Amino acid sequence: MMKEEIQLIKEGKRLDGRGFEELRPIKIEVGVLKRADGSCYFELGNNKVIAAVYGPREMHPRHFQDAKMAVIKYRYNMAPFSVDDRKRPGPDRRSVEISKVSREALDPVILKEYYPKTAIDVYVEVLQSDAGTRTAGINAASVALAAAGIPMKDLVSSVAVGKIDGEVVLDLNAVEDNYGEGDMPVAMVARTNTITMLQMDGRFSQEEFERGLKLAASACRTIYELQRTALLERYSESMGEGEA
Amino acid sequence: MGFEIMEDIRKDYVYDLIESGKRVDGRGFREYREISVERDVITRAEGSALVKIGETVILVGVKLEPGEPFADAPNEGVIMTNAELVPMASPDFEPGPPDENSVELARVVDRGIRGSKTIELEKLCIEGGEKVWMVFIDIHVLDNDGNLVDAAALGAIASLLNAHMPTEKYGLSGDDTLPIRDTPVAVTTVEIGGNILADPNLYEETAATSKLTVISNADGTLSGMQKSGSGGLKEEEIAEMVEIGIEKAGEIRRKYLVT
Repeated sequence: MMKEEIQLIKEGKRLDGRGFEELRPIKIEVGVLKRADGSCYFELGNNKVIAAVYGPREMHPRHFQDAKMAVIKYRYNMAPFSVDDRKRPGPDRRSVEISKVSREALDPVILKEYYPKTAIDVYVEVLQSDAGTRTAGINAASVALAAAGIPMKDLVSSVAVGKIDGEVVLDLNAVEDNYGEGDMPVAMVARTNTITMLQMDGRFSQEEFERGLKLAASACRTIYELQRTALLERYSESMGEGEA
Repeated sequence: MGFEIMEDIRKDYVYDLIESGKRVDGRGFREYREISVERDVITRAEGSALVKIGETVILVGVKLEPGEPFADAPNEGVIMTNAELVPMASPDFEPGPPDENSVELARVVDRGIRGSKTIELEKLCIEGGEKVWMVFIDIHVLDNDGNLVDAAALGAIASLLNAHMPTEKYGLSGDDTLPIRDTPVAVTTVEIGGNILADPNLYEETAATSKLTVISNADGTLSGMQKSGSGGLKEEEIAEMVEIGIEKAGEIRRKYLVT
């Protein structure tokens, strides 16, 4: 018995009814945790993630301090109940790699030079997973960093493109990811078109890759607007309260 | 702490040279260091290769043994890729559990082989749902002078190409060559001051903020990609890196993998 084949595109639509270039519904809430310096709840379809930021604060252990700038630490973690088959708690190789590339996705926009010898901790918890958790985590973390008042050059937005039934499509869900032919998570500074994360697995032609990257860039611009709106809504609200 | 100053001086040196169109070791921007691939160096392993790119040295060993398949692919063999940044390879490597760099190295090499479906896993079934061949690819970094990914990926595919199945050892029958259908090759480039350099050595790797590994197959399709480092890349830069990736992969494949 081979892994069964599933037809992922029927009559020009994907199984969940989306078009090829359509994102899943996104919901962003800023400041959802009391103790964290900044936090953000992010939903992308059935993905539910929370990001929290602590810092800048003293770096432990001290020999990891950088005399010239803050050290960014990023922990991507999946809750054991977030996936179909329970995930054993604690870091595995996948989450170690995701934590690294996610940190590097955000690193270019953070003005680390302002806080030498400190640590800025970014914690991302995946509460429910439906493919695309690393990108949801980066989107949430970017907003949480801004909410924590960390000086940044810009926001980072992230999305994955993939290949199903030979078509390049935006934002794969779990079924598409499992039965599709490839996945390519991208993070970028949407306003300057600067790519800060790029991964790929599966099989893409050069042309498909280029098309995918363009598709991701345009979706990142959409997500950027949503992130920006969520931040503005949260803080124009609290500024209004202050005046009253 | 003194090392940090040295590192800054070195970075400036690399930058300044590149500004004037030169690299620390006198290479062209798209030129690789000398590559050598020596196969079957470890006879205890089912496949092995010692790869040198300049002064970077990596030994890859492939071992095969029967084991249990994954529940979602009961009739397919299993690939396990692991990398060890052996402490002797660099003053920056320490013994202990794998850190993020060794995990990343192993996973990127693994991705290239998996994405291209290089190993015909469906031919590695011994007894459906019960017993399949497990292919262990172990990457042993012996000397780090930069660009570990390309050396490791080349070592992995070279080892797989000449690996045999230890059928007799396990009292099994069947073909004893490992079925391989593609030859993924990794090509890593870095961006320094707007310039794209292929095969960065350690100095260049430390000076660069962004690095991109592009893994491509015999037919020119892409089967893996990984950006690392805390910098950003422009779309045009990525396009150039992909183009260099496919071109260089072709050269490396013709020279070192076609037997």
